[in-house]
Amino acid sequence: MKLDFRKSLAAAAVMAGLALAAAPAFAARTAEEPTGPAKGVRPVSGEFTFEGPRGQFDRGQLQRGYKVYKEVCSACHSMSLVHFRDLGAPGGPFYDPKYKNPNDNPVVKALAADVQVADIDTTTGDPIKRKGTPADAFPSPFPNAIAAAASNGGATPPDQSTLAKAREGGARYIYSLLMGYREPPAGLKVGPGQHYNPWFPGDVGSYWTGKGPVPKGGFIAMAPPLADNRVTYDDHTKATVAQEAADVAAFLEWASDPHAEQRKQTGWAVMLYLAILAALTYASYRAIWKNVSH
Amino acid sequence: MSDHESTYVPKTGIERWLDERLPIIRFGVDYATIPTPRNLNYWWTFGGILALCLVIQIVTGIVLAMHYTASADHAFDSVERIMRDVNWGWAIRYVHANGASMFFLAVYIHMARGLYYGSYKAPREMIWLLGCVIFLLMMMTAFMGYVLPWGQMSFHGAVVITNLLGAIPVVGPGILTWIQGGFAVDEPTLKRFFSLHYLLPFVIFGVVFLHLWALHQSSQNNPVGVLIPKERRKQDTLPFHPYFTVKDGFALVLFLMLFSVFVFFMPNALGHADNYIPANPLQTPPHIVPEWYLLPFYAMLRGIPDKFGGVVVMFASIGLLFALPWLDTSKVRSMRFRPAMRWFFIILLVVYFFLGWCGAHLPDEPVIPGVDGPDLFDGNLNSYLWLTRFLTAYYFGYFLVITPWMGLRETPLPVPEYVSSPVLSHDEKNG
Ligand code: HEC
Ligand code: HEM
Repeated sequence: MKLDFRKSLAAAAVMAGLALAAAPAFAARTAEEPTGPAKGVRPVSGEFTFEGPRGQFDRGQLQRGYKVYKEVCSACHSMSLVHFRDLGAPGGPFYDPKYKNPNDNPVVKALAADVQVADIDTTTGDPIKRKGTPADAFPSPFPNAIAAAASNGGATPPDQSTLAKAREGGARYIYSLLMGYREPPAGLKVGPGQHYNPWFPGDVGSYWTGKGPVPKGGFIAMAPPLADNRVTYDDHTKATVAQEAADVAAFLEWASDPHAEQRKQTGWAVMLYLAILAALTYASYRAIWKNVSH
Repeated sequence: MSDHESTYVPKTGIERWLDERLPIIRFGVDYATIPTPRNLNYWWTFGGILALCLVIQIVTGIVLAMHYTASADHAFDSVERIMRDVNWGWAIRYVHANGASMFFLAVYIHMARGLYYGSYKAPREMIWLLGCVIFLLMMMTAFMGYVLPWGQMSFHGAVVITNLLGAIPVVGPGILTWIQGGFAVDEPTLKRFFSLHYLLPFVIFGVVFLHLWALHQSSQNNPVGVLIPKERRKQDTLPFHPYFTVKDGFALVLFLMLFSVFVFFMPNALGHADNYIPANPLQTPPHIVPEWYLLPFYAMLRGIPDKFGGVVVMFASIGLLFALPWLDTSKVRSMRFRPAMRWFFIILLVVYFFLGWCGAHLPDEPVIPGVDGPDLFDGNLNSYLWLTRFLTAYYFGYFLVITPWMGLRETPLPVPEYVSSPVLSHDEKNG
């Protein structure tokens, strides 16, 4: 038995290979091709700065994305797991190293103060509204899911806190969905309050009387939420639909995984540490087994 | 190596005092210096890796349980709070969630090692049986753990799997209600799954102890597969420490690197996106799939047209592992000396992998898209349904036909008498 480095590498490669081969096959969240088999209709290909093991969020994009969320999406969608303080935490859109405690960050305080939060008066016990603080969660537009559905043609707008990681394709899927609205092909009957979107998973077979194969995609109850100049960006970026879609997709990605940057940075340190440890362990192994014939 | 002589000599007065009353240090030292076959290869490092996996799951699990709320209304949000608001909570949760996958990766390799080198044969049947018990307990633990975050897959997975019990004739419906704690998967189901998910790892810990005790008793197998007689011990074994602690240690660090790639750079790659949608009993996801490590069994289950039949086949597929020591008629342990059997074994691994592949697809999906094959009974031949059935047939055939038959029919290569006898030069090439 000769035990050399090649063999250990081979063993590691087998392990890695097994896992990597299994990963995409079994329910992976593939980055390139979101769900909905609508290959070829992808509006614009979007590369996000946060993709890949070294990717980081583009702070300006997160700030713009927050504005789109706040002024457009939050009219229908809740985001109840995110708090104003998160906006000023490390990795967040408004993080400022001057304020170690995000609750002191003046930008965050001002954004929170913009909203009215339901509370109980501490002396009378009456329900009241008060100005938001950084400790508050983002307010929800509807009191409950039924009310939300009632105002949206029967479909509940999903909570956006985990939306990016709850869809295969993540931010790319959201971007494609927002950009993917188009005129239904002739022969496709779209019901009232429904919108054809080739990116939305579904089966439109029973509404199809046209020629050729059934079109890909499905009917979504959300009307196209974006339009050119729907928001006015503070950094004077031109607010095209594509820009808004990319920015809000990035913001949603951050919202569903706010510690992603810290995670990747820690990861590199851990990998370096383990690599050094592996080298030392291997050297000890060689030293200890030096005089053993095996 | 039950007759391994103790080499421990207590040096201080306190140690002597303790040694007469509770020889725990002697026990540890003896275990650490246990004579170990010198020819063990890297496939033997996965036992140590598994021990670490169990410890990692228990430690991270205990911390998660400090912050987790086992209630249908709060479970999902409490897991998200762990990831968002608990210091390093994202790391703890991702280590625990990916740790389950790493645990299964290691246990599958560990079991494949046992199959290939015949570690289940006399005198090691008990080690193997206890290992199968651990595997079963792991599957139960992981299944119940996956229910805890109470996402869409958690909930509907729990519905599908518990409902299988309802398919048992006569007693099924009663058992189903008893297990679910009501007439549907709900609050009581979640609470008992949490309780059991906390308990079972400690049961596993106990069985691991027995597994190692049995190992100690019947000695370790080795790549050549021959027993090491007492008089050959000097030539053929090395003390476990430091020789194998350092070798296991090296493999362990490589394993941790793979683990870290998942935890830090693709923490959700092995999970299912739908599980980040809070559980909604009224909305069934279009495609319910278990975690990757349970997919082969899920495939076998769905391959059988009758629900109860599927349950029987699924449990039988694990039952075969228990029966294997008595199904194998070959006296030769290591497949190094069984060239024909080695091929059947490699095919088994491929079959098992593709069973998992089938489990991830809908049964009526075509395997080769765009090809319309002929129909056979209840499905198209070009469908995952029929692929699953062929693969399942091989899986069962391997244990029930090939293994007993080959042992009687094959002519094995000459087996060396000792681990380090001259024939060994042949083995150097085969690792
Ligand atoms: C007028 C209300 C409304 C607004 C404004 C709105 N949405 Fe929606 N959204 C909905 C509804 C309703 C659904 C559910 C659609 C369905 O299930 O058919 C939905 C669903 C979604 C989905 C989920 C699609 C899926 O895969 O299930 C995404 C992503 C989404 N919205 C993103 C956004 C973004 C980003 C914005 C802001 C730019 C936004 N929405 C603004 C009402 C709205
Ligand atoms: C054999 C060891 C174990 C295995 C294989 C295992 C497996 C799992 C799995 C697969 C999950 C779901 C992960 C997810 O997707 O979120 C989970 C969750 C959980 N486990 Fe374990 N576990 C083990 C030990 C333990 C122990 C010992 C404890 C407690 C002491 C524990 C506590 C928890 C808690 C609280 C959760 C819910 C939080 C979450 O979902 O992340 N686990 N476990």
